[in-house]
Amino acid sequence: MSNLVEVRNLRIEAKTDSGRLVEIIKGVSLDIADGEIVALIGESGSGKTTVALSLMGYARPGCRITSGEINVGGKNMATLSEKERARLRGTDIAYVPQSAAASFNPSSTIMEQVIEVTRIHKLMPPEQARQRAVELFRALSLPDPEGIGTRYPHQVSGGQLQRLSAAMALISDPKLVIFDEPTTALDVTTQIDVLKAFKSVMRAGGVAGVYVSHDLAVVAQIADRIVVLKGGEVQETGTTAAILSAAQHPYTRELLAAFEPKPRQAHADADAATKQLLRIDNVTAGYGPVRDDGLPLIRAVDSVSLVVEKGRNLGVIGESGCGKSTLARVIAGIHPAATGDIVFDGKDLQRAARKRSQDQLREMQIVFQYADTALNPAKPVEDIISRPLAFYHRLDRQARAKRVDELLDMVRLPRGLRYRHPSELSGGQKQRVNFARALAANPKLIICDEITSALDTVVASAVIELLKELQRELGLSYIFISHDLSVVEAICDEIMVMYNGERVEQITPDKLTAPTHPYSKLLFSSVPKLDPTWLDGLVRDPELVSQYGHR
Amino acid sequence: MTTGRVTTSRRSFLGHSYSLVGVVAALVILAWTLVAILAPYVIPHSIGDIVDDDYFGPMRQGLWLGSDYLGRDMLSRVLMGARYTVGISLAAVSIACFSGVVLGMIAAVTGGWLDTCLSRFLDAMNSIPSKLFGLVVVAAVGSSIPVLILTLAVIYIPGAYRFARALAVNINTMDFITVARVRGESTLYLIGSEILPNIIRPVLADFGLRFVFIVLLLSGLSFLGLGLQPPLADWGALVRENIGGLPFAAPAVIVPSLAIASLTISVNLLIDNLPQKIRDRDA
Repeated sequence: MSNLVEVRNLRIEAKTDSGRLVEIIKGVSLDIADGEIVALIGESGSGKTTVALSLMGYARPGCRITSGEINVGGKNMATLSEKERARLRGTDIAYVPQSAAASFNPSSTIMEQVIEVTRIHKLMPPEQARQRAVELFRALSLPDPEGIGTRYPHQVSGGQLQRLSAAMALISDPKLVIFDEPTTALDVTTQIDVLKAFKSVMRAGGVAGVYVSHDLAVVAQIADRIVVLKGGEVQETGTTAAILSAAQHPYTRELLAAFEPKPRQAHADADAATKQLLRIDNVTAGYGPVRDDGLPLIRAVDSVSLVVEKGRNLGVIGESGCGKSTLARVIAGIHPAATGDIVFDGKDLQRAARKRSQDQLREMQIVFQYADTALNPAKPVEDIISRPLAFYHRLDRQARAKRVDELLDMVRLPRGLRYRHPSELSGGQKQRVNFARALAANPKLIICDEITSALDTVVASAVIELLKELQRELGLSYIFISHDLSVVEAICDEIMVMYNGERVEQITPDKLTAPTHPYSKLLFSSVPKLDPTWLDGLVRDPELVSQYGHR
Repeated sequence: MTTGRVTTSRRSFLGHSYSLVGVVAALVILAWTLVAILAPYVIPHSIGDIVDDDYFGPMRQGLWLGSDYLGRDMLSRVLMGARYTVGISLAAVSIACFSGVVLGMIAAVTGGWLDTCLSRFLDAMNSIPSKLFGLVVVAAVGSSIPVLILTLAVIYIPGAYRFARALAVNINTMDFITVARVRGESTLYLIGSEILPNIIRPVLADFGLRFVFIVLLLSGLSFLGLGLQPPLADWGALVRENIGGLPFAAPAVIVPSLAIASLTISVNLLIDNLPQKIRDRDA
C-alpha cells in the first residue's frame, strides 16, 4: 500500500424524520500520501465534514456508512469493530474541531486535557507527556509555553485555544490529523498565526492532514492538494497550484470567481451624494454600571462619529470585540447610547428605539448575522415577510399577498417558498428572507450586521450582488458591518476601521492598498490571498503584531 | 427520549406520525370526557337512591359495579363522579395555565421591576405546601365547586408561571424578538405571536402534567373530606367513603381508584406521545 489513506467508493446514508433514506455521500474516492495535507473544500451540505469524520470510522447519529473502503494505515475503518476504532482514534488519527472553545472542558486545566489522550491510551508516563506538550506549545508558538498548561480554557484567547486543540491532537504522534474548519471562527489577524503554527508543526513532524474548509484562500496556504466536493461527490482533485490556476469544473471556477474583486460602478448621481442621511456625533455606549460621569464602566463604542450619505454605503470593519456590532445596535436604538447625537434624515433621533416614532423605525431597518435566530421558526415565510406590511403600511390580506410575491421576486426566491418554515430553507435562502423582511418596510437605510459571515463564499457573493442590484433599483443606503474586508470592499463607498471601540481610520476602497493607520495596515495585510506562497512570503511588522494582534 | 420515540411503533396520518400508546391514551381520555358530559343521561339510578339491601354488594346484573357503603348504585356514582373530577380539574388547570403562562411571558418580555416583583411574589406562593393551602382555604371559606376550582387554580399558578417564564426568557433573547421590538411591536404582539408559538408544545405538555396534579390533589382533598360534600362525590370522595369496603374486596373502593389511575396515566402517556408533524426537507 503506497498511500496512508485510500478511500474507495465511499457511500454514506442518512435517515430523515419520516424514515426515508438519503444518500449523502455518493461514491467518494481519495488518497492521502504520508505527510501530505489534503484539503476538502465545498459549500455547506457538500459532505466535506462527513467524509473527514468517516476517516475515523465515525458517522454522525442518523448516518451510516453503507459501502466502500476506508483504508487508513492499512486498516479498513469501515469494517473495524467499535473497540478497534477506539484504539486508533487519538493515537493514529486525531481530530481538531471547528470550535475549540466548545470542545474544551471549562472545569479542568489545559494541560490536563492536552495529555488526556496519552493517559487513555497509556502511551507514555504523565511526566513525559507534559514535557512533550510543552515542546508542542513552543512549536505552535504559544506564549509562555511552560505556564500556559496550568491555565483554564477561559483564560486564553480563541486563537490560542485553537492551537492548544492542535497540540492535543498532535501529542500522540498521529499519522493523520483531521482539521475541521479550525480557523473559520477566528479573526483574520489571529487566523494568520494559527495557520502559520499549524503549517510549521505539520511540516516538521511529517504528519499527514485533512483540512476541511470552505475558504479557498486559507486552503491555498496550507494544502498540497485540493479535493472539491459538491452534493456528496468529488468534483475535482488536483494540486493546489493546478486548482487555483486551471480549474476545470464549473463549481470550482465559481468558487474562484467569488474571490475576484468585483468592479463597482461609481455613483453618477452626484447631487444625491451631497445629502446626509445619517450622522452620528461622538456616540459612546457600553455595558456595566453607569459611573458618575454618565458613562458605562465598559465602553464598547467610544466617541464614534460617522456620516452616511443618501444612496451610498458605509462599511464598518474590525475584529471581533471591536464594538462594531454594538455600534449597529446603538444606531438602531436596541442598545441606547450613553452620550452623543444621532441625526437621521435631518431630524434628531431618540437614543432608544422605544421612543422613536413608527416612521423613524420603519425607515431604518437592521438585518442580523444569523438568519437562524432572526427568523421566527414557528412561522411560515409568508407571515414573516408580511408582518411589516401589516404593521407599517396597514395593507389588507390581498395587497399583502401581492407584495410578498414582489418581495420574493426581488430577493430572487421562488414564490412557492412562502409556505415553508425557516427550518426548511438553506442558509442563503434564510438570509434572503431576512433581507426581504427589512425591504418590506420600505426603508431608507439598512444596517447589515455581518449578514454574509455565516454563508459560504459563493452564496455570500450572490447575496452581495443582490444587495447592489436592490440599491440601484430602490435607492437604498447600507451600513455594512463585517470582519471580512473583501465583502466590505465589494459594496462600500467608504470604509471605517474600528479598533477597541474607537474609529481609527476612514478610507475609500481604492485607497485600500495604502492605509495610514498602523492597525489598518495589519488588518489589511492579514487577509489571505489565493496565492499559495502568500503565507510563507508574508512579513509582518513585529511591532504592529505585538501592539494590535491578540496572540 | 427522542430516539426512544422514533423506535416505538409509529404510524403516519395526515402528515403527522402517531404512536399506538398515544392513540390508546387519547381514546381513554376521550371516553372519560364523553362520560363526564353524558353522565346525567345514562346513569341507571339517581346517585342518592339506596337500591341495594346489602352494603358493599358485589358486581351483579342490574348493579354492574356493585353497591357502596349505603347500598347506592356504584356505576351511577362513578359516572357522575367523572363529571366532577374531570370538570373541576379541567376548569382549574385552564385558569392556572392561562394566567401562569400569560404572566410568565409578560414577565420575560418586560423584565425589570415587574419581572422581579411577580417572580418573588409567586415564589412566595410556591413555598406554601399545596395540600395545606387547600385545607386552610376550604376550612375557612367552606367547600363549594367555585371555591375548589379557584383554590386549585391559585395553587398551580406559580408553577405554570415559572415554567412559562423559563421558556420565554430563552426565546426572548433571539434576534427575531429584537427585530420585532425595533419594529415597534406591542408587548401583546410579542407574547402572542412571536413567543407563544415557540413554546406552545412544552406548555401543552405542562398543561397535561398539571391536570394530573390537580386531579390527584382534588382527590386528596375529597379523601380528607374537604372536597365535594355529600351526596355529590368525585372519585377521591368515592374512595374515601368506601374505604371500609377494602377488607371485603368490594368493587366500590377499587373502581374509583382504577378510574383515577386510568385518567391520570392516560394523560401522562398522551403528553409523552403527542403526534409529531413530519417535516421532510426534501419532500
